[in-house]
Amino acid sequence: MKILTGNDLKSGAVIWWTGRDWSIHVEDAVDVGDKADEIMGREEAARRVNVPYAIDAELDADGKVRPAHIKDRVRALGPTVRPDLTLKPAEPEALNWVI
Amino acid sequence: MYKYDQYDQAMVDARVEEFRDQTRRRLEGTLAEEHFRPLRLQNGLYLQLHAYMLRVAVPYGTLNSAQMHALGDIADKYDRGYGHFTTRQNIQYNWIKLEDAPDILADLAKVEMHAIQTSGNCIRNISSDHYAGAAADELIDPRPYAELLRQWSSFHPEFLALPRKFKIAVIASETDRAAMRLHDIGIRMVKNDAGEIGCAFYVGGGMGRTPMIGPLIRDFVPLDQLITYSEACLRVYNRYGRRDNKYKARIKILVHELGADEYARQVEEEFALLLDQGIEPPLAELERIKAYFADPDFKSGLTEELDRSDPDFALWVDRNTHAHKVPGYVSATISLKPTGGIPGDASADQIRLMAALTREYSFDECRVTHAQNIVLPHVEIGRLHELWSKLEEAGLGTPNLDQIDDIIACPGLDYCSLANARSIPVAQKISERFAANGKAGELGQLKLKISGCINACGHHHAGHIGILGVDRKGKENYQLLLGGCEAEDTSLGKITGPGFDEDGIVDAVEKATDVYLSNREDGERFLDTYRRIGMDPFKEALYG
Amino acid sequence: MADQNENGDWTSPDDVQFRFRDDEVISVPAVTVDSFKDQTNAQAVRIEPGDDARDLLPYLDRLSLVEVNFPAFTDGRGYSAARILREAGFTGELRAVGEVLVDQVALMRRCGFDAFAPEKKLNEADVEATFSRWPHVYQATGDGREPIWKLRHG
Repeated sequence: MKILTGNDLKSGAVIWWTGRDWSIHVEDAVDVGDKADEIMGREEAARRVNVPYAIDAELDADGKVRPAHIKDRVRALGPTVRPDLTLKPAEPEALNWVI
Repeated sequence: MYKYDQYDQAMVDARVEEFRDQTRRRLEGTLAEEHFRPLRLQNGLYLQLHAYMLRVAVPYGTLNSAQMHALGDIADKYDRGYGHFTTRQNIQYNWIKLEDAPDILADLAKVEMHAIQTSGNCIRNISSDHYAGAAADELIDPRPYAELLRQWSSFHPEFLALPRKFKIAVIASETDRAAMRLHDIGIRMVKNDAGEIGCAFYVGGGMGRTPMIGPLIRDFVPLDQLITYSEACLRVYNRYGRRDNKYKARIKILVHELGADEYARQVEEEFALLLDQGIEPPLAELERIKAYFADPDFKSGLTEELDRSDPDFALWVDRNTHAHKVPGYVSATISLKPTGGIPGDASADQIRLMAALTREYSFDECRVTHAQNIVLPHVEIGRLHELWSKLEEAGLGTPNLDQIDDIIACPGLDYCSLANARSIPVAQKISERFAANGKAGELGQLKLKISGCINACGHHHAGHIGILGVDRKGKENYQLLLGGCEAEDTSLGKITGPGFDEDGIVDAVEKATDVYLSNREDGERFLDTYRRIGMDPFKEALYG
Repeated sequence: MADQNENGDWTSPDDVQFRFRDDEVISVPAVTVDSFKDQTNAQAVRIEPGDDARDLLPYLDRLSLVEVNFPAFTDGRGYSAARILREAGFTGELRAVGEVLVDQVALMRRCGFDAFAPEKKLNEADVEATFSRWPHVYQATGDGREPIWKLRHG
């Protein structure tokens, strides 16, 4: 599947396209099929996202979205060396999902 | 240290307002990202993996306690309670909001700081020897010259759209503690046969994907021609540096392709024309700046006796202090490399504590080192134990300066959008491995440097042991390099062979150190043994 | 700053939006550096980023206008070209054309440009702000402004 990501223009937060809006949780990302350019052009022009790009992802065994590249999994969770600053500070096993 | 006058303050204040205006236009939509990007970069603002990142300039690595304290406050107020000291003697914050950035710059301006030209294709913050003004072995304090260059390079209208970034280092000792020849311009302050001070210019060094050691292009530039000569160096680069390929755009490629002699000839030609243009500040300006760098009121007749009865303290003194030019003083290094820690990171509380210690023990002055540690340059030997006790209490007393666990590491894939692999976890595992096996002390000086990509922010080419993280079919992979050195005997490391995974690279480092331990001769460092016996015994141990 | 007719349209040739000269706007077309050298009567020339501004030095007295093109605002060669011409004594119009943007015009002016013909019109208020932003300058660039070191030492 193809999903869209970028950073919130004002806050810089990593965000994912949910089909209607942007979410900080990669779990909310949806497959955009061949609509990536159209959505990115529109959303960037409206300044709802900065530097958006499309990436490959898959659904893992639990049906959850998993970006294909480690870089985007690090973005989805947070720095692996500071679990306290990730989106899932109470779930140390989340680090295994990244690597 | 240098203090702003009304002019410096007015320039920094104007810069804050300029960036506030640019940010407003970006947020309102009249300034496109494509046009805003170079502007925010020249104010130190990157878009990184998790958020915006702000890199704050620490000119030639020198700070006073009020500035250090403000850096701690910014970490709390605008970031997540910590900062990261970098290999360019700066500090960066990882969780910045664009809408806050102008306010942060305004807070910095209140303590005579800024983020001007800490990124972008321009002349970057100028680095220097972290023992400047204190070291027993220096000719003079190099920082006044760095400050003169700072003012010249700040907002230089001709050189803000260079082919690529441009880094300058200024040193004034035979010993090179600033990796001077691995800069776009490396300047060494020298004395000529007539006893006059001047500058030797090395141009076209650098790390990155094509590491090169800068050749000497002029052995003596008189002090009253320093700015004019620098301008000539930059103009030749701005006109003829490659712009067709980002990866060949650094000045090292131009100097390499032209040859150092031809580059030097072109600079001389430009220099001759510029000499008539009246662009050189008078020597009085240099004298004005120098006055700010006058020695603090060092006491005389201080004790040089040290009570070594506490072995932990004695070890810290042996490893983390450096000879001072004034008897009774030393320069003390605060290691930001605790076992298993993140190299260069410090919490807001630690930063403020270091600020307080700066005021109390070091004439209100501290330094950031390119090895990502903090130096208190002027500490009385008689007060070292008191200082050390306070550092120990705050987790800042690690006695490992220049040891294998004093690792330089870039932020890597945990933070950086350019990285291919994580650097920090590798640094942490190596540090823990050598703490556990107890070999770190036995190894003596061993500089280990890790970069998470080919851009080499972690100086891997210049590590006695270097590690380069690469992406191998979507997996992190680490190449091992041996024999690099950033000091006056500059050399570039060589790759040992095929790379390793994360655990494999830790094993490989240990194997390399074992080869050293079983081959070393009296007094040899790891680097010396490598240079004597060559790569083969290491290869044999690693891959045989 | 720039000349406007009663309809508020820009009237200058090549859409000069900002001009800091009192003489008449030059309306002859600018030729390339290569063809300029063969045309003894040309008064106006356009420098591209790869051209050597020093090729023009023998002809400065017959030149009224030099246009310096910035095809991309990130290519800074034009700044050096402008300074080289001014350092050699060129007093004619030095016009920045191409991707000339709000946040670069003040830098261009410091390098000796005195006319600006951006390919996309700039917001007048924004440009006004950027031209008046800097109370002082650190460098002597031949634009007539006294650098800070001169203010300090006279």
